[in-house]
Amino acid sequence: MATDSTFHHGDTKTAAPIIEMRDIEKHFGNVIALSGVSFDVRPGECHCLLGDNGAGKSTFIKTMSGVFKPTRGSITFDGKPLSFASPRDAMEAGIATVFQDLAMIPLMSVARNFFMGREPTKGWGPTKRFDVEKANAITMSEMKKMGINLRGPDQAVGTLSGGERQTVAIARAVYFGAKVLILDEPTSALGVRQTSNVLATIDRVRAQGVGVVFISHNVRHAMAVGDRFTVLNRGKTLGTAVRGNITSEQLQDLMAGGQELAQLESTLGGTV
Amino acid sequence: MMPTDAGSAAVDERLKAEPLMARLMKRPELGAIAGLVLVTAFFLITANPAMFTLSGILNFMAPAAQLGILAIAAALLMIGGEFDLSIGSMVAFAGMIFGACVVNLDLPLILAVPVTLVLAALIGAVNGIIVLRTGLPSFIVTLAGLFILRGLSLVGLKWLTDGSTQLRGVREAAEGDWLAPIFSGDAFTGLFGWLASLGWIETFDNGTAKVPGVPVEILWFLGLAALATWVLLRTPAGNWIFASGGDRNAAANSGVPVRNVKIALFMLTAAAAALLAVMQVLDAGSTDARRGFQKEFEAIIAAVIGGCLLTGGYGSAIGAFFGSIIFGMVVIGLTYTGFDQDWFQVFLGGMLLLAVIFNNAIRKRVTGER
Ligand SMILES: Nc1ncnc2c1ncn2[C@@H]1O[C@H](COP(=O)(O)OP(=O)(O)OP(=O)(O)O)[C@@H](O)[C@H]1O
Ligand SMILES: [Mg+2]
Repeated sequence: MATDSTFHHGDTKTAAPIIEMRDIEKHFGNVIALSGVSFDVRPGECHCLLGDNGAGKSTFIKTMSGVFKPTRGSITFDGKPLSFASPRDAMEAGIATVFQDLAMIPLMSVARNFFMGREPTKGWGPTKRFDVEKANAITMSEMKKMGINLRGPDQAVGTLSGGERQTVAIARAVYFGAKVLILDEPTSALGVRQTSNVLATIDRVRAQGVGVVFISHNVRHAMAVGDRFTVLNRGKTLGTAVRGNITSEQLQDLMAGGQELAQLESTLGGTV
Repeated sequence: MMPTDAGSAAVDERLKAEPLMARLMKRPELGAIAGLVLVTAFFLITANPAMFTLSGILNFMAPAAQLGILAIAAALLMIGGEFDLSIGSMVAFAGMIFGACVVNLDLPLILAVPVTLVLAALIGAVNGIIVLRTGLPSFIVTLAGLFILRGLSLVGLKWLTDGSTQLRGVREAAEGDWLAPIFSGDAFTGLFGWLASLGWIETFDNGTAKVPGVPVEILWFLGLAALATWVLLRTPAGNWIFASGGDRNAAANSGVPVRNVKIALFMLTAAAAALLAVMQVLDAGSTDARRGFQKEFEAIIAAVIGGCLLTGGYGSAIGAFFGSIIFGMVVIGLTYTGFDQDWFQVFLGGMLLLAVIFNNAIRKRVTGER
């Protein structure tokens, strides 16, 4: 299993944020999913977003990746105010996301899913076409890097296992995430080897200067790669901690809202 | 240490060699090809051999082509996850517009054809926008279109002709227009005449060919099938169509412009209906409010026989191509047999049912549904 020592961590204080979200609110009808969340990502850091089920993590990163328009609040990208009209806009700006539901199409092949919306082309004018060979080759090699041997690039995603599917989504986002890589619970279905692979991948892209947003329920995974930790609770930020200033236990407590967990822990004999 | 299978294993030991049959089973058009073989075998046994002479083949290919122009567009739309039930009525409506342009406004074809196609495409876009805005199933939105356009065609034609539902005089008005041979009549007449003079194809007693040429709709049909297949399988747009129909949210979140894709597909089906209307009206020399009656169902049936899933995201243009040929063969083929022609409906319903059951099984294989 990956431990702290295998990763070097980014220096988070120096660089200006790539993307800065300030006081983001998101309402769905009368449901207030987010009520003022501020968050930023700097190049070369892994910023972990933690919180209980329903805390608003997925909703928040969706405002970052252009899926939702925030009801209120401002987004600054590369120093300029910005509002993404669509996920396509955010992608073109260099933000790639692994959504919690993966955004994969079961009936389509792995390669077609991998390049969905960003197909490589060859030729020009009326002969400009989808470069299937290139798409297949890249898909196979990127999947191999993640430690998954595909049967073939034309295998339908629907026939993959849950973890394999998740790995395709991660490999896709890593491949396209030029500036910001957002991972919404990317390791929830992964085995031990694939999980450490994903954590190592986060470390690798961080070293290349990409800002990583990592959502996880697993404090150990977060502690292994995170440089900063922001905890959400019921649509609000409980605060941001820098690596070294917080312990796993403190983080665990914050995520679960403190006492309840301490109580649970005693009844379960400290296994949580 | 775990076995390092990641880089080294060239052959996956967990993969059985996939038999050819199983690989073929995954092709969406397989069902249509199998159906075509069956139907051909049936008519080879039961029908008068005249059905499979050159003139017999063109005889059933012409209606197959007319349906196919609609079915290929309908297949793309179905793969994109939507239906258009208004295309049959659109044939009548576009026919009326085209007739009015040519007869009442005296426009040359170079203007009348684009006006008809663009107007139809705009109506298609309206269909698409309503579907996307309201989030209602396209089935119900375009069902309304089916009645509205049919009604408008009736009312409009009566208004244009002072009470008739038929507008005549298109042939006279379009006579000699240089564009007309693109949309009506036969192609390769010179070639066929030459072949006849060599005695290579059947001739009448006076030496002229029994088949004067290939009806142009067959060429359009072949061209559209090839183009649609190329777009689907070899262009980014094709990938977007599959993605939009497979899972709208996933596609949009992955950066596919789902709305534009769907609206473009609605425009395409409407324009295909208008193209068919232009051809039919030029061929018949008149337009009629009953044109295209129930063609929407026939087109969808041909697309389904061709392997399109009703739920979208899966299918092929080649399948719709074969589905249309099956259709033409059955409709026309029965006249070459001793059977009552009205069996055709029974036949069709049976084919549809078989196709749907077959496609469902295929989908489970492809997605590995567990
Ligand atoms: N489209 C929507 N319409 C209405 N309410 C929504 C919508 N999306 C999310 N919500 C609500 O917003 C809240 C936050 O949801 P969100 O999915 O962001 O939680 P989460 O932190 O990602 O939880 P989990 O850890 O379970 O993934 C939930 O109460 C949810 O019911
Ligand atoms: Mg979530």
